[in-house]
Amino acid sequence: MNWKSFHSEPIMIIMKWILCLTLLLSVAHAEEVYLSQEEFLASVFGTVPEPQRLTLSGDLSKQVKIILDHRYKKIRIPYWHEGCRTAWVLEEIGKERPITTGFVVNSQGLEKVKVLVFRESRGWEVKHDFFGKQFIGAKLTDKYKLDTNIDNISGATLSVNAVTSISRMALLLHEHVTKDSC
Amino acid sequence: MKHIKPVRKIIALAAIFAITLPLHAEQVSVDREEYENLKKAVEYLMIQQKQAMETATRAEEKADEANEVANATAEVVEDSPLDAFEGISLGGYGEVHYNNLDADDSERDVEEADLHRFVVFVGKEFNDDLRFVSEFEIEHGGVEADGAPLDGEVEVEQAYIEYDVSDKSQVRGGVFLLPTGLINETHEPPTFYGVERNDVENVIIPATWWEAGIGGSHHWNNGLSADLAVTTGLNIPTTGGNMGRIRSGRQKASNANASNLAYTGRLKYTGIQGLELAASINHQTDASQDDDTNNNFIEEATLYSFHAAYNRGPFGLRTLYAEWDIDGSIKDLAGDPNEQFGWYIEPSYKPLSWLGLYSRYEEVEGIRIQDQFSQWEVGANWWPHKDVVVKVDWRDRSHDPEAKADGRDFDGFDLGLGYMF
Repeated sequence: MNWKSFHSEPIMIIMKWILCLTLLLSVAHAEEVYLSQEEFLASVFGTVPEPQRLTLSGDLSKQVKIILDHRYKKIRIPYWHEGCRTAWVLEEIGKERPITTGFVVNSQGLEKVKVLVFRESRGWEVKHDFFGKQFIGAKLTDKYKLDTNIDNISGATLSVNAVTSISRMALLLHEHVTKDSC
Repeated sequence: MKHIKPVRKIIALAAIFAITLPLHAEQVSVDREEYENLKKAVEYLMIQQKQAMETATRAEEKADEANEVANATAEVVEDSPLDAFEGISLGGYGEVHYNNLDADDSERDVEEADLHRFVVFVGKEFNDDLRFVSEFEIEHGGVEADGAPLDGEVEVEQAYIEYDVSDKSQVRGGVFLLPTGLINETHEPPTFYGVERNDVENVIIPATWWEAGIGGSHHWNNGLSADLAVTTGLNIPTTGGNMGRIRSGRQKASNANASNLAYTGRLKYTGIQGLELAASINHQTDASQDDDTNNNFIEEATLYSFHAAYNRGPFGLRTLYAEWDIDGSIKDLAGDPNEQFGWYIEPSYKPLSWLGLYSRYEEVEGIRIQDQFSQWEVGANWWPHKDVVVKVDWRDRSHDPEAKADGRDFDGFDLGLGYMF
């Protein structure tokens, strides 16, 4: 293959198109919205219920450890409960720093996943709305896995892993607090 | 408070009795002594009630206090695991390789095992907006003065201070990885296919590529991000066997000649699910770090790099193109070494969460004859855990005629074990 001539013409043209496409898409694509915890809760509940507190202990704590591969940093976890819907704001480290994510869970599984605070230097792409939308409807299997595939994001693998793990924890906690009522 | 309920009942009965006593007294004959006894009984019960109420109040206060103590203890446990390690993070990755390559010239066969990389990350968060990041790496098992048996390297590839200007912007200073290519900034073994990293991002983009300097990043909500950096530059050899070789120009922030700086910029777009498009430029004001009047073999140099990555469901695709444009009399050499370039394409398929299959084709045109080749590669990653990977691949490398005549073409397989935490 005569790739001396191959490299300089078509490839360069293609790559220039990629550059142009990059700029064009970035201008054309819809913006996303970042939410504070209060805004997140207000977007979920008409009237935000009083927060309740779940203490991680016993079997529940062990199950969380299985999911995260380590103990959760907090012992008491605030949550908001209305009917069969619960909302959680949880943290998990991507590479070095915690990613704060809001979750809403109902009887059908995850209803909403939104990264609220991202502190890592790289991997911020998990803040995109399309990333969170992949989780909608996901449930927990018997082995504490998600029953839905979550696409990896190139260069943000650790952030994707962190949000995926903590979403499984949100589903577990939801099951725990609603098992007798829903 | 369950324990005071009986007392309350008694008090209630006594109170009713006391209230109704005068009525009954009109109807029932009660002598003075009995009346006094009953009165004393009622007074006694009133005192008991008062004491019970006080006890209940104290018990509630104790319960509140105990709850406060429990909460305070939980806060201490949650927020300050160990004061000595407050804000410090520790991480790392590593990979062990086994290569079994069969060359046309059997003297060039490779059959070896290597602790290729052993890396430790240490970070310190001074406050929410200011942090220190470092990466300490030992390659090929370690180093010894005479290179035997340890002929590796000990390197500090990252040591910088980063400050969050806003939640979308950071500035950093120190020694850091340049924002270019797919592998340079993210190269933990479980995050890529292949025992060995691709060759384009070795020969053309000299990853892992770090420099000393200052830089900044900003991303917008629409998925566009930009990086800029002003750093030390390359010091590419102008004589000897590595003459003009990009990779040999890395100064690794080791008493680096900073006479001629380099500028790096990158635009990246990730606003569509699964897609990443990026273009980067690295401009070297003098890639041989010498006065142009004394040395015009290598002068200014610019690296253009473009890549795309796409992940959707089980399918993945990565492709990258990189090319140098080097000024100087290097242009006069045969083979256009002033236009060193390479590209690769890597489709992958991940049918299971723990198994991925891939194929990679790459073409590389460096200045050394052994860096002028095309290569096919197929392989698999097995993740027994999301942070641990076992890799196997098969490679077939075909060189340009000069190296081919030397019997450098080879095929063979590689095994790898990698981890990150």
